[in-house]
Amino acid sequence: MKLRLKVWRQKSANDKGYFEDHTLEANEHMSFLEMMDVMNEELIQQKKEPVAFEHDCREGICGACSLVINGQPHGPMQGTTTCQLHMRHFNDGDTIHIEPYRANAFPVIKDLVVDRSSFDRIIQAGGYISVSTGQAEDGNAIPINRNDSSLAFDAATCIGCAACVAACPNASAMLFTSAKVSHLALLPQGKVEASRRALKMVNQMDEEGFGRCSNITACEAECPKGISIDNIARMNREYLSASLVGEEK
Amino acid sequence: MGWFSRFLTSSIGQKLIMSLTGLFLILFLMVHLAGNLQLLADDGGHSFNVYADFMAHNGLIQFVSKGNFFFIVLHAVLGISLWLRNRAARGGQKYAVTNVRAVNTHPGFAKNMAVLGVIVFVFILIHLYQFWLQMKLDNVALVSYEGGAELSDLYEKVKIAFLNPMFVIFYVVSMAVIAFHLWHGFQSAFQSLGLNHKKYTPIIQFLGKVYAILVPLGFAIIPIIFYLKNS
Ligand code: HEM
Ligand code: FES
Repeated sequence: MKLRLKVWRQKSANDKGYFEDHTLEANEHMSFLEMMDVMNEELIQQKKEPVAFEHDCREGICGACSLVINGQPHGPMQGTTTCQLHMRHFNDGDTIHIEPYRANAFPVIKDLVVDRSSFDRIIQAGGYISVSTGQAEDGNAIPINRNDSSLAFDAATCIGCAACVAACPNASAMLFTSAKVSHLALLPQGKVEASRRALKMVNQMDEEGFGRCSNITACEAECPKGISIDNIARMNREYLSASLVGEEK
Repeated sequence: MGWFSRFLTSSIGQKLIMSLTGLFLILFLMVHLAGNLQLLADDGGHSFNVYADFMAHNGLIQFVSKGNFFFIVLHAVLGISLWLRNRAARGGQKYAVTNVRAVNTHPGFAKNMAVLGVIVFVFILIHLYQFWLQMKLDNVALVSYEGGAELSDLYEKVKIAFLNPMFVIFYVVSMAVIAFHLWHGFQSAFQSLGLNHKKYTPIIQFLGKVYAILVPLGFAIIPIIFYLKNS
């Protein structure tokens, strides 16, 4: 299959970026990233600079791959990451726009690679539980409601890829932050610090310069793991009660 | 008060204000519509004028109406400031291709709440100038029914306004814009408050759609009927 690619090139955060045109002969069994590899090999053979993009596991679990493909983070398929997207979902002769995630809180490092360390700082602010060192506890000693453990697990499937921010017209990070807040708040081990966690993580999220949620739900629609905005409602509850009723200042 | 101002300026605190003011306006619209439907009674404006007179002279109603003005302004100012902030959060470089999908709401309305809101705001200003301000300035003729006390004949004012087809169109279009704003806004207000529940959210979403259609439709039908009856 013959493709026309319009790929975003940008030397660094401070340089102006532009779209570069490539035509490419791809094969429908390739993954999207393999197609990008082929493009880069051609560039290297022509002694040109290859396009920088992120990837690691290439099996949809690490959250490293990104890209906004024809206006959609991780491309047109629902419930998949870019590394799991196959070229058979495109047609011969298609023009494909490939852009980096665009958000103030994610400055471009190079080409399609953006700096997502603002997510790390949100996690550092409270996305953890404190456990005393010593003998490991028996995992089954604490009873956990089946429904809560399922909901916590659903939230925990968030791979932190930031497609939610890329998809959100407001560049808001509420889905990511709420998945982390929910995942821990639903479990007994996480409940202990739930109030402080909600305050700190939301505070950090606001400080990083993400936009604010308007409940547009584009995040849920584009999330490769299908994280639900129910988590955002849960975080709102946690934050409202922590702010208005909780003792923490 | 440090914690309180931090709360009110936080993303979730501001959502709370948007949502509570929005819900207040939703309640207000229902009451306003119930009153206005008396314009359709076939009594030469008697019941409507009595109602308008009651509303204008009841202390409690006047107090709530001050609150209503305040909430509209608060909702609008905060809504516009959120809009500007959210546009800035995207960064200087916009996407060349956009393709917004949504779950259980209309992405076009959801994404353009502020644009819809600004149109509603302009409508509100013109609407207030046309009826409310004229009442306040006593620019409304008096009428009395069966030898009773004299009342402002707001009914007549409405009748004259809607002889002009441009006003009729303006009102109908503005009601459509309110419908779009609420198609997203009604259920969004509940989600913002954290009121999301497997059992109740589908009901809220359904009621929101019913409200977003019926209430603006109820308002829009008044100028249309007046125009058809009187012109
Ligand atoms: C006066 C002009 C208005 C403006 C500028 C405006 C603006 C907005 C904006 C920007 C939002 C999205 C808030 C966000 O992103 O968090 C919004 C939400 C909303 N608006 Fe308005 N609006 C206006 C009038 C109205 C009116 C008249 C009503 C009710 C009849 C209303 C009801 C709502 C509701 C219920 C929401 C949802 C709140 C939420 O998302 O939490 N608005 N409005
Ligand atoms: S490369 Fe790991 S999720 Fe795509």
